[in-house]
Amino acid sequence: MASTLAEKVWAAHVVRQAPGEPDLLYVDLHLVHEVTSAQAFDGLRLAGRSVRRPDLTLATEDHNVPTTDIDKPIADPVSALQVDALRRNCAEFGVPIFSLGDVEQGIVHVVGPQLGLTQPGMIVVCGDSHTSTHGAFGALAFGMGTSEVEHVLATQTLPLKPFRTMAVTINGTLPADTTAKDLILAIIARIGTGGGQGYVIEYRGPAIEALSMEARMTICNMSIEAGARAGMIAPDQTTYDYLEGRAHAPKGADWDAALAYWSTLRTDADAKFDHEVVIEASELAPFVTWGTNPGQGAPLSANVPDPKDFADANDRLAAERALVYMGLIAGTPLREVEIQTVFLGSCTNGRIEDLRAAAAVIQGHKVADGVRMLVVPGSVRVRIAAEAEGLDKVFVEAGAEWRQAGCSMCLGMNPDQLVAGERSASTSNRNFEGRQGAGGRTHLVSPQVAAASAVVGRLASPADLG
Amino acid sequence: MEKFTVHEGRCVPLQRSNVDTDQIIPAVYLKRITRNGYEDGLFQAWRQDPDFVLNRPEFAGASILVAGQEFGTGSSREHAVWALQNYGFKVILSSRFADIFRGNSGKGGLLTAQVTQDVIEVLWSMILADPTLVLKVDLVARDISAGDFRAPFEVDDYVRWRLLEGLDDIGITLQQDAAIADFEVGRPRFLPQVVPIQQ
Ligand code: SF4
Repeated sequence: MASTLAEKVWAAHVVRQAPGEPDLLYVDLHLVHEVTSAQAFDGLRLAGRSVRRPDLTLATEDHNVPTTDIDKPIADPVSALQVDALRRNCAEFGVPIFSLGDVEQGIVHVVGPQLGLTQPGMIVVCGDSHTSTHGAFGALAFGMGTSEVEHVLATQTLPLKPFRTMAVTINGTLPADTTAKDLILAIIARIGTGGGQGYVIEYRGPAIEALSMEARMTICNMSIEAGARAGMIAPDQTTYDYLEGRAHAPKGADWDAALAYWSTLRTDADAKFDHEVVIEASELAPFVTWGTNPGQGAPLSANVPDPKDFADANDRLAAERALVYMGLIAGTPLREVEIQTVFLGSCTNGRIEDLRAAAAVIQGHKVADGVRMLVVPGSVRVRIAAEAEGLDKVFVEAGAEWRQAGCSMCLGMNPDQLVAGERSASTSNRNFEGRQGAGGRTHLVSPQVAAASAVVGRLASPADLG
Repeated sequence: MEKFTVHEGRCVPLQRSNVDTDQIIPAVYLKRITRNGYEDGLFQAWRQDPDFVLNRPEFAGASILVAGQEFGTGSSREHAVWALQNYGFKVILSSRFADIFRGNSGKGGLLTAQVTQDVIEVLWSMILADPTLVLKVDLVARDISAGDFRAPFEVDDYVRWRLLEGLDDIGITLQQDAAIADFEVGRPRFLPQVVPIQQ
């Protein structure tokens, strides 16, 4: 029977199938971080259970860690407690961990791919919704809750009911100034924050095939913001080139066997998706959010929308509330919105390619007076690579802060936060109320728009720098 | 997980409806890293009131909570179930439970037995008249009884089976250990392991 990519990966992982019961699926890689794992390990302890496959499990510290003075103890007691618990749990249960200070430490979704641990056709899980990032390799990757984390630790499997499948096809070519971030923001604005609910989205079409692995990760990362369980992109030469030679990528005969298998991971021509969306890439432009959910976005050239223009009563109400929280007046050109902070980083846009793109924009310019810009590499490896290319100097010379690796200002869980009323242009993935700190106002943007906005002091695109 | 067949215990009448999980356990307790020890946070705000039913000496040591309708609404936190269990509750009776809370309870081994609101009202007056009343909750027969009083309750078949067998999700999956081991044998050798790094 003809099947989609997601269905093929699913079928290859069924340990047990019984009528009326969820399928029991085998997990190839389980990523762990400090926030969602402590109770899972405690549950194992209470039941006298062990971790079945520590060799398929990897922990890293990211959400709570500071991005300055990392040689000092973590100041916030709750953060320190969570990180410390992770270290003790990993030691007790034999789980490999990359702690603060380790050259492999970083955001869990940056670390897995850069080590070559994320590969096509795998099932990758983590107690974190942005696990969807790993789908960029043609893996089926999704987030889960703490009791599921415990389940995977104990059994290396997860009972799951099948997802529905959605194809999002992007035809044509992205305009030169338009990035993967703009594309995914436009997709979410189109299908809505609930549009993907219950689905695994497969992104396909010429505009997707033309993207680098980093850009594909940006797309798949934000699938969750459209409500989807996971996002996937079929593996191709770009995927293989990225993987080849990485620490955990197959070698020699294993590589050949892997390639042969990976090349079967395509949606069959006559396979049916439960839902299909088609978008024309050439119509896209730099995109920013104006509201308090990732679906409330518009082209940078547009104005802050008027809630009255929303046909749906719920959308209208949501827009009204969002404008109040964001301190915005309907009709204001988005380019006139002043920002105080720029955050470049996160598992959405904290990879080397993102830093390069932003550095290219900011080179030769200065961060505007009164604006602070944080540049936070997604991992220590990204930081090292950026420094080898001199990107750190570009940022520092422009007046930005060059930080250590971590989730940083993506969420208000570590010292990097907005204060109430402060407005940011942020390359992260969530603009919810208070996400970057209580009362903080977030505009989601691409790395290029982030850099240009830092220079102008208002939301801006590289074209505005002349 | 412990097997649950029949439970006998004293009851607490919680004469409130729409008890949400924030009231069961406030958000500040979510910062903890353990899976037990949440009894101090249970109904924390209400327990500031010395007359709150849980503070009354005649209800100390009770193990059955008789609640109003719509119990467990709001946030999906599993801590709500843990807090009730840590406090010593084995059974919650209500005429309607919020779905997520009921699901979390089934997973954690806390019995959410659904009865009619009439039964709840009768129980409340019986308990208030005699706080030493012992209620028998029979999961095999699916009914509750005390003296001449008897009433059926509803519980999901699958949840009932798990409780009777004393199986949590992990316990159920571990029964498939042979199938998991078989699957592992067939996994392609090119798949990565975190350790050791293949050179
Ligand atoms: S960078 Fe942000 S979205 Fe990504 S894992 Fe960290 S907190 Fe979550």
